[in-house]
Parts: sequence; C-alpha cells; structure tokens
Amino acid sequence: MPIPRRSFKAMGTSSLTIDIQALSHWYGKGSTRRQVLQGVDLQISAGEVVLLTGPSGCGKTTLLTLIGALRKVQEGDVEVFGQQLRGAARGQRQRLRRRIGMIFQGHNLLRCLTAEQNVQMGADLLPNLGYRARRDQAREWLRSVGLEDELGKLPHDLSGGQKQRVAIARALAAKPQLLLADEPTAALDSGTGREVVELLKRLAREQSCSVLMVTHDPRILDVADRLVRMEDGRLYQTIS
Amino acid sequence: MIRAFWRKRRIPLASLMLIRQPVRLAVALAGISFAGILMFMQLGFRDGLFDASVTVHRLFDADIVLISPRSTSSVSMAGFPRRRLIQAMASPEVEGITPVHWNLLLWRNPETLGTRSILALGFEPGHPLFTDPTLAEKAKLLTQKGRVLFDEKSRAEFGPVAEWFREGRTVESEINGKRVRVAGLIGLGASFGADGNLLTSSETFLDLIPNTPSGSIEVGLVRLKPGSDAEQVAQRLQSQLPDDVTVLTKQGFIDFEQNYWRTSTSIGFIFTLGAAMGFVVGCVIVYQVLYSDVSDHLPEYATLMAMGYKLNSLLGVVVREGLLLALFGYLPAYAAGQGLYLLVRNATQLPVAMNTVRAVSVFSMILIMCMLSAGLAMRRLVDADPAEIF
Repeated sequence: MPIPRRSFKAMGTSSLTIDIQALSHWYGKGSTRRQVLQGVDLQISAGEVVLLTGPSGCGKTTLLTLIGALRKVQEGDVEVFGQQLRGAARGQRQRLRRRIGMIFQGHNLLRCLTAEQNVQMGADLLPNLGYRARRDQAREWLRSVGLEDELGKLPHDLSGGQKQRVAIARALAAKPQLLLADEPTAALDSGTGREVVELLKRLAREQSCSVLMVTHDPRILDVADRLVRMEDGRLYQTIS
Repeated sequence: MIRAFWRKRRIPLASLMLIRQPVRLAVALAGISFAGILMFMQLGFRDGLFDASVTVHRLFDADIVLISPRSTSSVSMAGFPRRRLIQAMASPEVEGITPVHWNLLLWRNPETLGTRSILALGFEPGHPLFTDPTLAEKAKLLTQKGRVLFDEKSRAEFGPVAEWFREGRTVESEINGKRVRVAGLIGLGASFGADGNLLTSSETFLDLIPNTPSGSIEVGLVRLKPGSDAEQVAQRLQSQLPDDVTVLTKQGFIDFEQNYWRTSTSIGFIFTLGAAMGFVVGCVIVYQVLYSDVSDHLPEYATLMAMGYKLNSLLGVVVREGLLLALFGYLPAYAAGQGLYLLVRNATQLPVAMNTVRAVSVFSMILIMCMLSAGLAMRRLVDADPAEIF
C-alpha cells in the first residue's frame, strides 16, 4: 500500500500545503497506551480554509500539534510544504514552525510586552529586515485588525476580543503560509467571535495562506471552504 | 558594524521582562546588592587588616631590611647583632644604613592614667628612617633625651595627646614607668599589631628598656645606590652574613609581616568565609528569582518556541536577564561599599578602601553568581513543551 501512495505524491502534490497519509498516534506507554489518531488522511491545498470539528477528546488538537511540528510523528506520513515530518530533527521542525502561524485557545500573548511589541515578536522572525521595518509591519498588522489605537497597551488592558486580534496579527506578522488555529473563538462572545474569524479568513486570503481551524462553534462553520469532522481518532470528510 | 547590529536588534525581551515586574526586579536587585555589599565588606576588612599590618613597614626608607631569624612578626621582634648591619656596609652597592630598635612598650594615657601597649621605634635622629622628608626635620627634636614623636593617627585610647599638643600644652606621660615628653606629632596610622606608634632616639629607647643587650637591634635598614638590584644584593648578603640574621628586600619584609597574619592567624579564613557566604546567599536569591520568573513565563516561552524561536535564543533571554541583574545589582553594591568603607575608616583608622582589584573581583563574583543561577534556571526552560499549550 505505501509504495503507490508515495509514487502518487511524487507525481505532483506540490500545490498541497498539508498532505497526511495514514497518520496514527498514541499517548502513554504499556498498558495505559491509548490510540488517539487512527489512520488519518488529510490534504489541504494552498489558500484553502478548512474547519475541523468534533467532540472534545477526539484527537483534533493532537492532529494540530503534529501538523505544527510541535510533536514527533510516530506512524504515518505528515508532509507540510513538501517536507516529511516523520523523523524530522529538532532543528528542522523549529525552522518549519517559522512558516506556520499558530493561534491558540487562550491568546498566549507575552504579558510583559505591549500589543505592538507582541506583534513584533512575530515580525522579528522575518530575516533581512531592519528593526524599523519590522516595527512598521507590526503597526500595519495591528491597523488591519483594527487596533491602531491600542499599540502601547499591555495585554491585561485589552478586552478578550482585542487580545485575540493581537494574537492573529502576531501569527500573520511572521508571513506564514499555513495558519493553525485551535478554537480561536472559545473565549469570545458570538458577535466578537464571528468578527475575529472573518478577519482571520480575509487576511489569510490576502496572504494566500492555508488555514486549518479547530472549532466547536457552529455559528462560524460557513466561513470554511471545506468542513472536516473527526470522531474517535478518525477523520470524515464533509462535502460542502 | 554597530549600525548593522542596531538594525538587526529585536524586542529587548529580557529587559522588558524585568522592568514590567518591578517587585521581582527590586527583590532580585536588593538580594544581589546585599550579597555584593557583604563581599565588599568582608574582603575589604580582610585586605584592610592585612594592609594595616604593614602601615609602618611601607614607610621605611630602605631597599633591604635585616631582621633576626627568630622574629615572627611586628609584635614579636627579636634582636640581632648590630655588627651584621655594619658588615653589610662592605658591599659596594650599599649607600647607607640605619639601625632601628623596635618594641612594644606600655604607654600611660595622660588623661585616664591607664596603660596600653604602643609600638616604639628607636633610631639615631640624624639617620634617615622614613621616606617622608618632613620627618628629618622633626627628628631633630629627638636629640634631647626623653623626647618622643607621637603618632597622631594612633587610637583614641592613648589619650588626647595630639589635641593637647596642638593646643600648645606640654604633654608628658610615662613609658615603662619612665617620664617622656611629646616633642612633636607624626602621622603613621594604627596597624593590626599596634594601636599606636611613637618614635624616639636610640638613646631614649635604651633608657626605656635598660636591659636591652648592648649592640642588639631589631631591624636594620639598608639603602642601596640607585640602579642596584635589591633582590640580587639581598641574596648575596644572606650568603655572606652569618645565620643569626635574615636579609629581606623591603617587599620581602612587607610580605613577611602580611604572611604572618595570613597564615598564623584565622583572619584570612574568617573573612574569606564571610565573603563566600555572601556569594552563596546571592546565588540562592538570584536563582529563586530567575527560576520563578522562568516558571511563570513558561507558557509564553512555549508560545515563542511554537512560533519558531530557537531554544537557544530563549536561553539567551535568561542569560541576558542574569547579565542585567548582575550589572544593576552591582552598581548600588559598589556605591554602598564606598560609603561603608568611609565609615569603617573613620571608626577604626584601618586603611580600608576600594581598590580596582576588589571592585573587579566582586563584580566577577556577582557575574558568576548570576550566570550560575541563570544556568540552573534554564533547566526549567527545557521543560517548556510547545505541544502542551494548545
């Protein structure tokens, strides 16, 4: 089975941002070993917005961390930007992460930095750009998420929606080609949540950046190009 | 070059982390400063005491010093035949000699009438004794018998001799039960072994200690012609002269005294231990602060790793925090050290002062302290798992 799959990929899947084949993952060891992913297949093309839904504990977040090169792949193939992640070294994964933007459930902003500085932490990852240029980019991103008046505020002076918007600006400031978002609207009320997700989609479009978003929120499903549902470690494609 | 660095600079995460947590920063700086002050004080006392033990030794106008091999320190100087000093004159390099009597005598406080041991030096008033040129003038006052020059920097326990003398009073007191008159004041300074000093003529000195064997002196000063190698001459004299005399260079004489206090007393150990304790206390405080700082920010560090920052660049943040703490903890310690030295100097007359070596070594200790603590705190950072933050 794996041989034809490989040759299929070799023929021309370069437009795929994510290509996952037969991915399985376990937690724990010995008798407590528990399988969380069971032969997952998933392809996402460049610029596509995919929503991943499913009950909690079904393995969505594990899938996200595997794609985000935050965890070692145990079995199966995970290719991101054409790079095989199974057996990838620490340094390779770290370099790959620079091309992937991540937005978390909590905003995970650095408490000691202002909104502008937080976004610049993302822009600082860009090579060959002067300090001023990176700062201007940070300001530009904050403007595009509508926070141009909150540049100098610390995270605890911002509202939940504002913080999540800063987090989006930070993720996009590193010019990622793939954006992974884990329930970015979980901490927000429905109006704000909708606003944030639409902003996210629009900005990702402008950057032709693929998006894989985990969500429980049924009100935002319509922003997706495609819906994927996960249950008990298996993936079910939903045609939309 | 600098411009390129300036262009490449990033958000100064380390300093912002410190500044935005003022309480933690204050605790850390207070701890480091405290440790620094402790080290400054202990090392200052130690060096001050060692320096103080040679206050008088440094002043001698000599290139080579002869002492008895039975002498162990300035508080127990033994006599040797004065002839040896005369024999030394035979060397072509020798320009002049000064025989010196040296002993601790009992001085009676003219006010309270209590007695206290004082270091008395006896010499021929016409001979050069100290490098200080003003002494030669004052030495003339000693030609009259029963006159002494009193060290105005002696401790107050010897009585208000200097004050009375300046007021124009005739100050008389007793040494070993014999009457002496203060003919003038000199400024030498209290040393470790002696709380005060006085100078007198050989004649008066022998009068004060009548049972001194004739022709016996405690210290022989030898001055060499300019350009002579003191080390070489001292070695030759040592081999030429009999075994009842030890020939030292002036530096050797100073080392001989300091070595006694360093090795034969517990002073060095005690103060070094005190400084070491300051170091350990500082380490614990900095480690606590940095460790809890890293722990508190662990999710943030993990986020940065998820964003693609290298582990090494995050370890660099902890190192820079340590460096900043070292620098800004050292400055107040240095200032406080200066102030406390002044205080100690005024209170004890001991020559405790800041010197470059100590300033640098305390800074190095603080730096090592902060880097060590940062190194230990980093181990916590390795626990930051970006996979756990989703």
